Amino acid sequence: MPDLTDEILELIRRTSSDLPADVEKRLRASVEKEAPGSAARGALETILKNVELSRQNSTPICQDTGTPIFYVKYPEGWSTRKLRAQIRTALAEATKRSYMRPNAVDAIYDKNSGNNLGGDDFPYIHFDEVEGDELTIELMLKGGGCENIGAQYSLPDSRVGAGRDLAGVRKVVLDAVQKAQGQGCAPGILGVAIGGDRGSSYLASKEVLFEKMGSLNADPKLAALETQLAEEANTLGIGPMGFGGQTTVLDTKITGLSRLPASYFVSVSYMCWAYRRRKMVVRENEVIYD
Amino acid sequence: MREVAIPISDDVIKSLKVGEPVTLTGVMVTGRDTVHKWLVETFIKKTRAPQGDDLQVYEALKPLLAGGVIYHCGPVVSGMEAKPPTGTMEYKFVAAGPTTSIREEPYQADVMKHFNIKGVIGKGGMGPKTLKGCQEVPFVYFHAIGGAASYIAQSVTKVLDVYKLDFGVPEALWVIEVKDFPVVVTMDAHGQSLHAVVEEQSNKVLQELLAKA
Repeated sequence: MPDLTDEILELIRRTSSDLPADVEKRLRASVEKEAPGSAARGALETILKNVELSRQNSTPICQDTGTPIFYVKYPEGWSTRKLRAQIRTALAEATKRSYMRPNAVDAIYDKNSGNNLGGDDFPYIHFDEVEGDELTIELMLKGGGCENIGAQYSLPDSRVGAGRDLAGVRKVVLDAVQKAQGQGCAPGILGVAIGGDRGSSYLASKEVLFEKMGSLNADPKLAALETQLAEEANTLGIGPMGFGGQTTVLDTKITGLSRLPASYFVSVSYMCWAYRRRKMVVRENEVIYD
Repeated sequence: MREVAIPISDDVIKSLKVGEPVTLTGVMVTGRDTVHKWLVETFIKKTRAPQGDDLQVYEALKPLLAGGVIYHCGPVVSGMEAKPPTGTMEYKFVAAGPTTSIREEPYQADVMKHFNIKGVIGKGGMGPKTLKGCQEVPFVYFHAIGGAASYIAQSVTKVLDVYKLDFGVPEALWVIEVKDFPVVVTMDAHGQSLHAVVEEQSNKVLQELLAKA
């Protein structure tokens, strides 16, 4: 089994400093929707300047390099124990090189480990064995500001008049966006999971954020709700940074899970505009970055 | 764009209005969650006895903060290892955007008043207690662009000092020199808050949307 530490380090560098093309494209399109001279337009212009600068200098797009969330799909025969060790070594090195901020703080003793390594929970690494001979590693960096405004609803919710159906889902998601205001670094991207238990629901609301922007949901009902939610959220007028404006949400992604008869959870993971996610594929002796 | 030099006088603070973009030049100090809690518990409410170098740091902070600016920021800093052979530190801000300010809502007004701080920089805005403090102290809330970390780090010309590094790099008090640091006034000393306005208007739209279907 090859040592992928250097390649994973490169994946981390790219993820932290180089915003994916689909996200940048959406941000560029949003600028034109904001009034010339408005604070909203100024915010988006600064954001785009920052995106270019970070890419040029290999510096973090955002100083909050977030929770590193790795999803590894490995063919039969790979050692997840070794892959975990390689990911951890690469992350510590990336922190030393200032691609990442030391972000792992022991919650009981309030001590920052200094190298981004906590217990087995930090970084978060998920392994899945897959068929075929390709290994893929996906990385998402999700900052604390947007993570803090994530929300979970248990339906029915009488405060917003939400019943146990997609109409109810629409209501609670709009409520979550209004409550978030600019706190999660709007314009944001919404990851929504319907069903599951409290844990699996929140997790799925993050996993759905690995999807590319603009890709259509295979379920026509969910595809329609995704479009409707992004459109309606943008009528709230919260705007970039909460300055007021047309662009509050860039995209919405929804996924469904099985639920217990008694439970109907809707989880909303809010992703900031600095939507950092990258993928690497290992095929024979070749490593390809997206 | 209007340029504001730090330290800032009360007259200048009172002349700043919500919506105005300004650039800041001078010396400021970073401080976020751990710092605000520590300041309030140790020196303002005094529910915790000073420990270690607490009192020395307090004395060093007083002149830096009087008339000054506190920045809600947990930076990425390079040069964290001493340079051989002299052992000197060459800290540099690599990425330094604002963090969400609302978490400091319980503490902010008290900290501003205690040290006579004239400006707080962050993102997302703050609540009624801080807005009341803006009028009383007086001070203003400057909004920086969240996530624009590489861009903002370019305005940090020098890292002058660091206190409480044992809080961790993001939570330490970094004393920095900035030039043309770009911000927008979103809460002023006259009781105006852009955040309160946007929240109220968006809530009105939300209620209309919830009434449908």
